[in-house]
Amino acid sequence: MEKGRNLAMSAWLGHLVARRDLLYMLTWRDIRIKYKQSIMGFLWAILLPMVIVLAGVVVRYAFSWITRAPLALADIASVSVRAVPWAFFVSSIRFASTSLVSNRDLVTKIYLPREIFPIAAMLSQLVDFAVAAVVMLVVLAVLGVGASVELLWVPGLVIILVLLTTGLGILLSAASLFFRDVKYLVEVVLTFAIFFTPVFYDARMFGLWAPVLMLNPIAPLLEGFANAVVLHTAPPIAWLGYSTGVSLVTFFAALRVFHKLEPYFAESA
Amino acid sequence: MTDIVMRLDGVYKKFRKGEMYDSLRDLIPALTGRLLRGSGGDALAPREFWALQDVTFGVERGEAFGIIGNNGAGKSTILKLLSGIMRPTRGTLQVNGRLSALIEVSAGFHPDLTGRENIYLNGTILGMTRAEIRRRFDAIVAFSELEEFIDTPVKRYSSGMFARLGFSVAAHVEPDVLIVDEVLSVGDYLFQQKCLERMNEIMTGGATVVFVSHNLRAVSTLCSRALLLDHGRVITIGPSNEVIKTYLTRGHGARAAEPASDIRITAVSLGAPQSSRVTFETDEFLDITVEAAARSPHEDMSVVLQIVDGNQYPVFDTCTQRLGAGPLALAAGETLTCTFRVQLRLAQGTYHVNAFLHRYVTDRPFDRWLSAATFFIAGTPTVRGVVNLAPSLITCEKAMLTGRLAAPAPVAG
Repeated sequence: MEKGRNLAMSAWLGHLVARRDLLYMLTWRDIRIKYKQSIMGFLWAILLPMVIVLAGVVVRYAFSWITRAPLALADIASVSVRAVPWAFFVSSIRFASTSLVSNRDLVTKIYLPREIFPIAAMLSQLVDFAVAAVVMLVVLAVLGVGASVELLWVPGLVIILVLLTTGLGILLSAASLFFRDVKYLVEVVLTFAIFFTPVFYDARMFGLWAPVLMLNPIAPLLEGFANAVVLHTAPPIAWLGYSTGVSLVTFFAALRVFHKLEPYFAESA
Repeated sequence: MTDIVMRLDGVYKKFRKGEMYDSLRDLIPALTGRLLRGSGGDALAPREFWALQDVTFGVERGEAFGIIGNNGAGKSTILKLLSGIMRPTRGTLQVNGRLSALIEVSAGFHPDLTGRENIYLNGTILGMTRAEIRRRFDAIVAFSELEEFIDTPVKRYSSGMFARLGFSVAAHVEPDVLIVDEVLSVGDYLFQQKCLERMNEIMTGGATVVFVSHNLRAVSTLCSRALLLDHGRVITIGPSNEVIKTYLTRGHGARAAEPASDIRITAVSLGAPQSSRVTFETDEFLDITVEAAARSPHEDMSVVLQIVDGNQYPVFDTCTQRLGAGPLALAAGETLTCTFRVQLRLAQGTYHVNAFLHRYVTDRPFDRWLSAATFFIAGTPTVRGVVNLAPSLITCEKAMLTGRLAAPAPVAG
């Protein structure tokens, strides 16, 4: 049974690799459409993270005013480091969950491995993420946040984040094809999720209640980014393991569900 | 041992009429219902119907196979199953080799992208790699005849240009199995001819073609075998001309409305009795027989024979009166059989035969039968259009221009 599943998995990967040019072109299309006829161009990539950082600074300033502790540079750096991956997560989910519906013509009229659409949607956001990350790193370097060997955690954290985002994106893309209300549900959740996720604040500020916050699988990842880049310490390993587990399960479960539903796509879209 | 590229075995496909469950609120009662009833399977729930029932056929390598039938017969459903967009409810389906579908060839276009960008995008969607597209790029653009507009966003294209670009990309995929659905209705006449030629090229290249069309002439000339579908069931499979004949006679067996008059045309047939030929050569002689029967006495009649082209445009008509038969009369219970002989001085195309029973003087029809028979004129390489004016080339010579127009003026200085 386990072996059969692995075999199916490698066949699936082979299938996807065979259509890598399609994946490339769809990702390219999504990026091209976004920046064509736009005045801001690549500034769009850093707009959402910048807005989140600004909001975070406001919140942090309020915290420091209440607690009468001075607002430290490390706090602002921490908010910035959390804002960029969070922006990637939010826009990927938003974009990926509508990817099948907005490509309805291709889904109903031409045969393609359909998971390519949410994956391409995620990849196009990953490019924005890369742009924003480079800008953020430059800003942090200028602000004097040094480097350390802990930065080596970052690629691993990104991989887990991508896995989780892709899994959720694939699942939600199929769900929105069948039910139009999924789109609105996703909007509501994404709008308020920032309050339940340690972006503006650190999980440890909640003391005993911190573990409850960490149950959100993104939380350990964001804590990890902040630890590695700003505090130069390792991520919370146990919680990171939990996140990795949730991401893997989400990803593989999403693929299974997606493939179970795929025969009905053309009739329901 | 024949080489089967594509095989459908006892394929059934169920569809649902009306609204699907579009919101979560509708889902829960539906799921509960499904759990109570079981997964469904062969039984039809209310509002469900069979789009295909027990469809079985195989297509051999290198064969051109046609699928014909009325709208809603299930032709497009078969193509959707073959191309993998949908899966059959029951039965098995097998396709060996790289399959490419000329269905909705411009579905992958994005209006904001240029022609060039869309060629790459649509090419990869249709299964080519970027390297393959780069190699064939010039051929694709040349085929589409859109060189000037290739860097213009396709939202500024006319619908004809849009379709041409779509077909050009799809026509260069070089598949093992090519599926074609009515794309030949795109573009102008010349572009349609070009598409047919390109399909012929793909077929001579050894590809297998499955062709769905209402264009019976194209089916008859391109396909060696065909399948006739009616309400999701296979009526007959065989040589394409015989299948087309079956289709045409089935369709005409039932005339729309009983004429009020109790005299009527009972049969219109082409060629010798029992002949199943529907494709003829230009200039060939063809006998067209019109039969009529009367239940009460009728006098002062003439039989009119009209031939219209594929667009229902009248090409020719004649009648017994003009041919010197005088007024015809039938007593109750009598039948009339008139055989007209015509020489088919027609160009390649589809033609329909209309028959009328007129009153001799007033031209008021007692009965009429439109498209009572259909026939095709096979390829006429020298002429296009409707009539064959039997052209020949008398002179075609070269000579030198004299005077001012002879050569460009020498550059001064």
